[in-house]
Amino acid sequence: MTLRQRIMAVIPYVLLVLTVLPIVVGYFWLALSSFSVSTEGLRSTGFTLSNWSFLSEPPFGRGYPSIWRVTFNTFVIAISMTTAVVIVSSLAGYALSRLNFPGRKSFLSLTLILHAFPSVTLLIGIYFVLRTLKLYNTLTGVGLVMIGFELPFGIWLMKGFFDNVSWDMERAALIDGASRLRVWGEIILPTIKPGIAALSIFAFISGWNAWLIPKTFTIGAGQNATLSVFLNNFRGDTVAVQWGAVTAVGLFQLIPVAIFFIFTQDLLLSIYAGGAKGGT
Amino acid sequence: MKVKLENLSKRWGKVVGADRIDLEITDGEFVAFLGPSGCGKTTTLLMVAGIYKPTEGSIRFDERVVNYVAPKDRNIGMVFQSYALYPHMTVFQNISYPLKLQKTSKEEMKQRAQKVADMMDIGHLMDRKPAQLSGGQQQRVALGRALVKEPKLLLFDEPLSNLDARLRLSMRGEIKRLQVELRVTSIYVTHDQVEAMTMADRVAVMKDGKLQAYSPPDELYDQPRTLFVASFVGNPPMNLIEVDVTRENGDYHARADGIDLIVPAERGEKAAGKGRVIMGIRPEDVTISEQEQEGVSGEIYVVEPLGRDDLIDVRVGETSIRVLADPALRLKMGENTALDFNTSKAQFFDPATEQSLLW
Repeated sequence: MTLRQRIMAVIPYVLLVLTVLPIVVGYFWLALSSFSVSTEGLRSTGFTLSNWSFLSEPPFGRGYPSIWRVTFNTFVIAISMTTAVVIVSSLAGYALSRLNFPGRKSFLSLTLILHAFPSVTLLIGIYFVLRTLKLYNTLTGVGLVMIGFELPFGIWLMKGFFDNVSWDMERAALIDGASRLRVWGEIILPTIKPGIAALSIFAFISGWNAWLIPKTFTIGAGQNATLSVFLNNFRGDTVAVQWGAVTAVGLFQLIPVAIFFIFTQDLLLSIYAGGAKGGT
Repeated sequence: MKVKLENLSKRWGKVVGADRIDLEITDGEFVAFLGPSGCGKTTTLLMVAGIYKPTEGSIRFDERVVNYVAPKDRNIGMVFQSYALYPHMTVFQNISYPLKLQKTSKEEMKQRAQKVADMMDIGHLMDRKPAQLSGGQQQRVALGRALVKEPKLLLFDEPLSNLDARLRLSMRGEIKRLQVELRVTSIYVTHDQVEAMTMADRVAVMKDGKLQAYSPPDELYDQPRTLFVASFVGNPPMNLIEVDVTRENGDYHARADGIDLIVPAERGEKAAGKGRVIMGIRPEDVTISEQEQEGVSGEIYVVEPLGRDDLIDVRVGETSIRVLADPALRLKMGENTALDFNTSKAQFFDPATEQSLLW
């Protein structure tokens, strides 16, 4: 290999490293800061575990929930959101991809509009709906609203995956003697596992990180708060922000998402690896 | 099982998939649907399978009308061009899936799947996934899956089109042998006329959704009912020449620019006095004449060696005529030659209706 070729081979890596560097530095600072008394740039002024004290005692005093209660809330929301979005989207996506029924086209464009619709503009309206249904300041209410906002995206994503499954495979299963529902469950769903994995992780992350909706439809950092709301509470109006604690909670919030991602990584990557030779 | 299609049509709005198709398939018969792409052969097949609902007409299995019977209740097996195997299941699971749906016992399932797999010569591949198999093996699995529930009717949708030429040839023979052994009524859709002619007991030729002809291969070849059938069936295709047929001194003459042929009376009398008609004659019924003075003279335009024969394109006046000739004659481009026509095999068609004047 000549020098020129070597340089050419290295250039892409240099470019990639440079673009990724700011993000890596960001995470590094996050981790560093959570174990430091304070930081000056990327330098720590001293090691401490006091930032992590929120794990054992509620940082906002009596009447406020513990981090464990808040984590549990967030889990409940993220998991129920993932489950509901995956089930509804994979059923609706299948119907929209495969069945011909009146109103199919308009339903498709409606979901697309809903997906593009800025959810902020609906907050006040939803507030009144939740009040009327007595779901204001409940996890159920927050969960339902978030599922509603996530569904249009999920349905479109799943429809795309179903569109890519060959008709022949479905016909073969019908002729082999399967009912429509069995075809869906035993033949089509297993072949679009990567799609389900992708949707699960998207739904989980957006449920786990959601801030606007939980913040709007629960009161303060009360018993129904989620992690994002809890984190936001550190930014008080009257006291100075404790950056060390903020970064510690932020890092804490990151852990489940990272774990989830590691487990679904293989499936997510196989979206691009293509399906089986025989199936498509 | 007998299959009967009566006035069967499928339309999507203004698009016509199949147009008033009538045909009957006897028990144990092997029928091919032959036609160019978009002719409605697959549409018709999918109606027989129950995937499409007919717009009009009816489908009978034996005497029973099955128009609205779900595919799973029709007791049919189908093989697709794309194989349509289930990629997440092993070969065994693929083959036994129809049995699993019938709630067959585990023991019986295993036994029957193994029997079919052995018959298809894939018994040793039971634990593989489809992606780990070659195209030919995948097609055998698909065939095994179609056969395992011992269907009353087998449907093939261009099953060999994705295989390479050599494999296609051997699979062709195997499917034919299998069908004869099992005596299961079969419909085989193909655009390859060689497949249709070699495998089927009867061939249904389709064009633009309409049934053009339905007869045994040799009859299709020797007595084409329409111009389309004549030109579609046979390779190399039939020569079509515009001629006038007249009766002079008791003989029938077919004349065109530079061509004057005497036609046997039983064929000539049906084409005579109709003005311009289209004469069809197959390349193997035209020969290079030994004596240059006799016959129709023309110039050799192209010589294409096919191995066993040479395909010669001869220009007679404005007309180009394909001839199969012995390579030993060593014909060369640009040479003049004379042609003999075996007019006892000549076909005649009405140019307006494209129907045969003979049959």
